[in-house]
Amino acid sequence: MRKIFVEVYAHFSKEGEITPISFVWLDGKTYEIDKIIEKRPAASLKAGGQGIRYKILVRSKMLYLFCDENRWFVELG
Amino acid sequence: MGRVILHCDLNNFYASVECLYRPELRNKPVAVCGESELRHGIVLAKNQIAKSYGIQTGDVIWQALRKCPNLVILKPNFPLYIRFSKLVQQIYSEYTDLIEPFGIDECWLDVTESTKILGSGRKIAYEIKERIKTELGLTVSVGVSFNKVFAKLGSDYKKPDAVTVITKENFKQIVWPLPAKDLLYVGSATEKKLSSRAIYTIGDIAKSSPEYLKRILGKWGEVLWIFANGLDTTPVTPPLFEDNIKGIGNSITLPRDLTCYEDAEYVIRMLSESVAQRLRQQYLKCYTVQVWIRDSFLFSITRQEKLKNPTFLAREISQKAFEIFKKHWNFKNSIRSLGVRALDLVCANSFYQLEFDSLKKLKLEQLEKAIDQIRRRFGQSAVLPAILLTKSDLPCKIPLHNKIHPVAFFK
Repeated sequence: MRKIFVEVYAHFSKEGEITPISFVWLDGKTYEIDKIIEKRPAASLKAGGQGIRYKILVRSKMLYLFCDENRWFVELG
Repeated sequence: MGRVILHCDLNNFYASVECLYRPELRNKPVAVCGESELRHGIVLAKNQIAKSYGIQTGDVIWQALRKCPNLVILKPNFPLYIRFSKLVQQIYSEYTDLIEPFGIDECWLDVTESTKILGSGRKIAYEIKERIKTELGLTVSVGVSFNKVFAKLGSDYKKPDAVTVITKENFKQIVWPLPAKDLLYVGSATEKKLSSRAIYTIGDIAKSSPEYLKRILGKWGEVLWIFANGLDTTPVTPPLFEDNIKGIGNSITLPRDLTCYEDAEYVIRMLSESVAQRLRQQYLKCYTVQVWIRDSFLFSITRQEKLKNPTFLAREISQKAFEIFKKHWNFKNSIRSLGVRALDLVCANSFYQLEFDSLKKLKLEQLEKAIDQIRRRFGQSAVLPAILLTKSDLPCKIPLHNKIHPVAFFK
């Protein structure tokens, strides 16, 4: 299990809520987040780290995107 | 209905946080140690695997390495630990607002009222334990009981990742057979005194008479008897409602031994700057200055003296501290650690007898307050006393916060 730090484009609401919209992958391409299935604080026991975990759907693939103290990473199996 | 108190103790806190961020270390013996170059080289925390090698908190690095040669030694990352400590407290705050921290990784929670909505103390304890595991990746031991002392005993009873419930019905079976040293405030000296009188367990303390214990241990004897019989009624006090601060102090273990008065004056000035700044921050002045000295053989002394008038001036505190130092230390042995503490605190605008040079003192107070403002805007090192630029081999950074410290049970 690896963690890949990514650049994220997000929406910041007036209430302070952060919603990731897309991220830049290792190949330099920007991938849109199709759906956020779940958002909750969680530990990434396999990749190492802790933060707000977004269970997301990208091109019909399910991924875990973490926001750990303003740094974003994807847990990769 | 009796009180329902939880004591939550994070297991191997520093080491667990480190292992969470470095999964590759999870199956190795890991210890978080102070920096040996700065001579803070002791084990601060270890993981379960390191524990199985007999490594203990407080072991010197070379001792730990002798017990386990392939021990992974990590430097501490206090900002990260403080972040996790706050996250844990955020979880606790969803169950009660009566939270009393006891150091960075331990808390008491009074959930008496919450049980009416959220279920029993045991249920809340399990829920908290599971949430900390999934949300933060750490494990916690929780003690549930009807007073703070037994709740703490409960969290120590089974580790890691466990819940122990001590009730009025079962405490005699669970608590009384435990060794006396497991009770809060029974240190090694007290344990020796007790065992020399055939008092070995908490049950033995409970069954002794309070008068007898008082004769052996003074007023603490009575307190221990109350603790052992489950009669402690100390409330869970959130820091907001804490009693007045009794003292403000800073101490430092130095990268090299201090061998002369010049060295000592340097360090005393550095520590006094910090103590005075913190006094001003809290809007307090002190009547007494205390100096703590530990020599290279780890022998330590504490001496204190009163001031004529209360002060929050760094120069007055350091002058007094150095005066005390010179009176009580002759440099037969060199010094490893030094501390300065301000005691007998009063409100900064309380009345005192004016003197002829009061106006001068007022000006100095304004000057030091102005220095505070400059430091707040531009950093702690923006203004330094010239003396702190004279020794390149001693630290000159004025510490401002000293947040990581054990907290007293009695306030």
